[in-house]
Amino acid sequence: MSENRASDDTAVKKSVSNPWVPAVLSLVVPGLGQLVVLRQREFGLKLMIAWLVIAVGPTLVMTPLRLSGTQVDRAAVTLADSVALSAIGIGLLIAVYAAVMAYRSAAPATQEEVAEAARVERPEAALSFQDVHVSFNTEFSTVEAVKGVSFDVMPGEVVAVVGESGSGKSVTSAAAMGLVPKNGTVSGRVYLNGQEITAMDPTQLRRLRGSEVSMVFQEPMTALNPVLRVSDQLKEAMEVHGVAFGKDALAKGVELLELVGIPDPANRIFEYPHQFSGGQRQRIVIAMAIACNPSMIIADEPTTALDVTVQAEILDLLRRLKDEINTAIMLITHNMGVVADMADRVVVMFQGEVVESGTAEQILMSPQHPYTRRLLEAMPKLHQKQGAESPRVKVSEEPVEQPGTPAAAEIAIEAKDLALAYKNRGKGIRVVEGVNFTVPRGEILGLVGESGSGKSTIAKAVLGLLDVDHGELLIRGRNLPTLSRKDRKAVRKDIGVVFQDPAASLDPRFPIGDIIAEPMVVHNVGSPKDRKERAAELLEAVKLPRSVTNRYPHELSGGQRQRISIARALSLSPSILIADEPTSALDVSVQARVLEMFIELQEQFEFACLFVTHDLAVVDQLANQIMVLEKGRVVEQGNKHQILREPRMDYTKRLLAAAPVPDPQEQRERREARHQLLAAQGLL
Amino acid sequence: MTGYIIRRLLQFVPVLIAATLIVYAMVFLMPGDPIRALSGDRPMSDAVQAQLRDQYNLDDPFLVQYGKYMWGVITQGDFGTTFQGRPVLDIIQQGLPVTLTLAAVAFGFQAIIGAIAGILAAVYKDSFIDRFVQVSLVIAVALPTLAIAFLLQLTFGLNLGWFPIAGIRDGFVSYILPGIVLAAVSTGIVARMLRSELIEALQSDYVRTATAKGMKRSRVVTRHGLRNSLIPVVTFLGADLATMMGGAIVVESVFNMPGLGGQVFRSIQAQENTIVVGIVTLFVLFYVVVNLLVDLLYAALDPRIRYD
Repeated sequence: MSENRASDDTAVKKSVSNPWVPAVLSLVVPGLGQLVVLRQREFGLKLMIAWLVIAVGPTLVMTPLRLSGTQVDRAAVTLADSVALSAIGIGLLIAVYAAVMAYRSAAPATQEEVAEAARVERPEAALSFQDVHVSFNTEFSTVEAVKGVSFDVMPGEVVAVVGESGSGKSVTSAAAMGLVPKNGTVSGRVYLNGQEITAMDPTQLRRLRGSEVSMVFQEPMTALNPVLRVSDQLKEAMEVHGVAFGKDALAKGVELLELVGIPDPANRIFEYPHQFSGGQRQRIVIAMAIACNPSMIIADEPTTALDVTVQAEILDLLRRLKDEINTAIMLITHNMGVVADMADRVVVMFQGEVVESGTAEQILMSPQHPYTRRLLEAMPKLHQKQGAESPRVKVSEEPVEQPGTPAAAEIAIEAKDLALAYKNRGKGIRVVEGVNFTVPRGEILGLVGESGSGKSTIAKAVLGLLDVDHGELLIRGRNLPTLSRKDRKAVRKDIGVVFQDPAASLDPRFPIGDIIAEPMVVHNVGSPKDRKERAAELLEAVKLPRSVTNRYPHELSGGQRQRISIARALSLSPSILIADEPTSALDVSVQARVLEMFIELQEQFEFACLFVTHDLAVVDQLANQIMVLEKGRVVEQGNKHQILREPRMDYTKRLLAAAPVPDPQEQRERREARHQLLAAQGLL
Repeated sequence: MTGYIIRRLLQFVPVLIAATLIVYAMVFLMPGDPIRALSGDRPMSDAVQAQLRDQYNLDDPFLVQYGKYMWGVITQGDFGTTFQGRPVLDIIQQGLPVTLTLAAVAFGFQAIIGAIAGILAAVYKDSFIDRFVQVSLVIAVALPTLAIAFLLQLTFGLNLGWFPIAGIRDGFVSYILPGIVLAAVSTGIVARMLRSELIEALQSDYVRTATAKGMKRSRVVTRHGLRNSLIPVVTFLGADLATMMGGAIVVESVFNMPGLGGQVFRSIQAQENTIVVGIVTLFVLFYVVVNLLVDLLYAALDPRIRYD
């Protein structure tokens, strides 16, 4: 009897003498299984996980215990070993099964099945919205973001969806890709190439995203993963849908980069996103979007965050791609000029509804709906024809071209051979060189340029936030670099500033009244009662109700916040106002009202103003003098009329040529003219 | 980059000098006479005492003692001998493996469990799992180390008999309980940090781009979300590893493990300056090296960081 027992034990011992064997094997087999199941990852992985938990878990727990000699029941050991062995067997079976499944159900077949099952009316439309409603459940209430939107996008055409913030255009595009956040409910139907998106489950939707419909977002600077190489991110786009793998994917990636106009693509594909500029990053995003040859591209404000010349290039690229690959494009934008440049048809949205739709010619030249008309009127116009006059601005009759010419009014700001530098560990990098300008009291100088031109840097220097590296900067006759601290503070009292981002420039913990009165507190002006009165006065001046005094910034809209920034800037009756892109972050109609108010205030208070912007149309409306900057140097400066209507320098001409106008016919001509200009300058 | 590394390595020297000097001074300033402590109850003749004092330089002024000691360390690696005649190096070599293993187990625990908890809490934000993880973490951090130690000892060591209660007789298994105790607080911190970083990463634009490409959620979380959110966590883990070397005193006492932490404690009580300084020097060295490695790792993980 005991001999049998002994031989049983030895038999058991012989079969699984080393306890690590089952443990290691049970880890290796799923690994191999994973490799085999590469394409059908999802299903195979689920099985693998279930098997790991149920069968392998006990083995892994028992093994170290046995190794360390803890007293465990003999029967339990035998059980663990048998479990381990059978787990390996089952694992192999699962791996084989999953592999067979993978090869049988290759992606195209499934897609066809789905397409067959869901094919309904309108098989020709690339994208079709039919009475789509989207509502969001928030803590406070249900918000109806989209109320009954219906329109189609035909293959190969560009449909522009125009609207301001809150119109529901982004939510509509999210519904087309099934990317509506979890707290949103979508009703109605959305069809993509005849397949019903709204009836699909997440797996099917995932297969469509990137391969049939892809999206280009607004912010190129943050759209790419900063720690992965561009090559990895491009390959991913193709590997996910099985279009290409490994070396093939890499080669195709290089082709794509060349297609979108990235120079030296074979080498630059291995770089990281932060080594590219904003425009280049957007090109890379577009390359990822077209990697799988989608039939539909949704572009959500793709050029809003880019400079005007870069915008023109990206729009050229999209147009070219559309022709080459024959995709349909749904372009979401609020810029009517972009609409005129790109769109075949236009859909105008307001507060979740489609208020008007038609061809680009119809909408832009003869708008019917009052909202569309308001939108078009609110857009600042750039007049480039001779003798054209933009209303509302007092233009100084004598063109003031040389700085230092005695003017009737006092010179508020003067810069002589100004150079500014950023210091990095002792070494200074000059970002602005050789700048000369004067701004007399009562005049507005527009600083125009693209990103990196140095215009915000100059504004900072005038504010005293950046030390002057070389040259003189005179504020009301006093040279800023030579002043003592106390004197500088006194000078600061005379300068007001309005920044670009209305949300970020107001302290969220201060009520409005305190925000407006803060400059007075800092410079110790007036009693608290005086300050309250002054705040009320200023609120009236910026056309806001007095009741706003006790509210907080987050309770107000962007336009209202910007007005408060302006009120704050005026609280000490400054003789100089610095405005650093104050309306760039605002909707078009809001921008129009804020600019209108700005002009009135300027006439009333007669301050000198340094207005930094990249929008030529805005500068046309406001400024008396313009200074065009490129890479820290002044390209051209002078009277507004001369710069905008008769530019002399190449860069200025390029800048003006790139700004789109909301007239399709005119825009087409402008585009031709721009291409000729670039060719003449040797840049195309 | 090499310039940066060289500069960091050169920082070694002043840091080492400052740390050892401070510790030496503190031990030196403690009241009491080590020779008296050594003799204990038995009376020692004055001649023997004088000889011992001379041998251990106890009559020299402080800085001279310190200087002679450091000289011995640098030129011969001689960390000195205890008053009982054992070379300090021996003692360190005996205790180091124990402390290292303990630190490794604790590190492994907090890295793995902390990471898993953090990821689950972030991906299933505001669900039951998230709340459960957060509450358990708060409990783990709030309970004093001593209480956790005794609790675990009682439950798993005594009542269930799964793990040994004390000592290192049973090999690797005996490090598990002390490792968990040591890692408790850090696990909480790692999980919290990873959770908030991952939540932020999952709301970022590049994750939106990845989802729009049609990637599976799990792939998006691991490849895009984790890659970015692990960076601050890794730096924390590195710093924590170095601290764990020295912070194991309580754990080593409760679980009766012959590691360096307990050794330091006993040496302070016995006023054995040499052992204390020796072990502390080792800790300081370890800390500086680990911090340098963490900084370099940070640069390796995030391509935007470049040292010049």
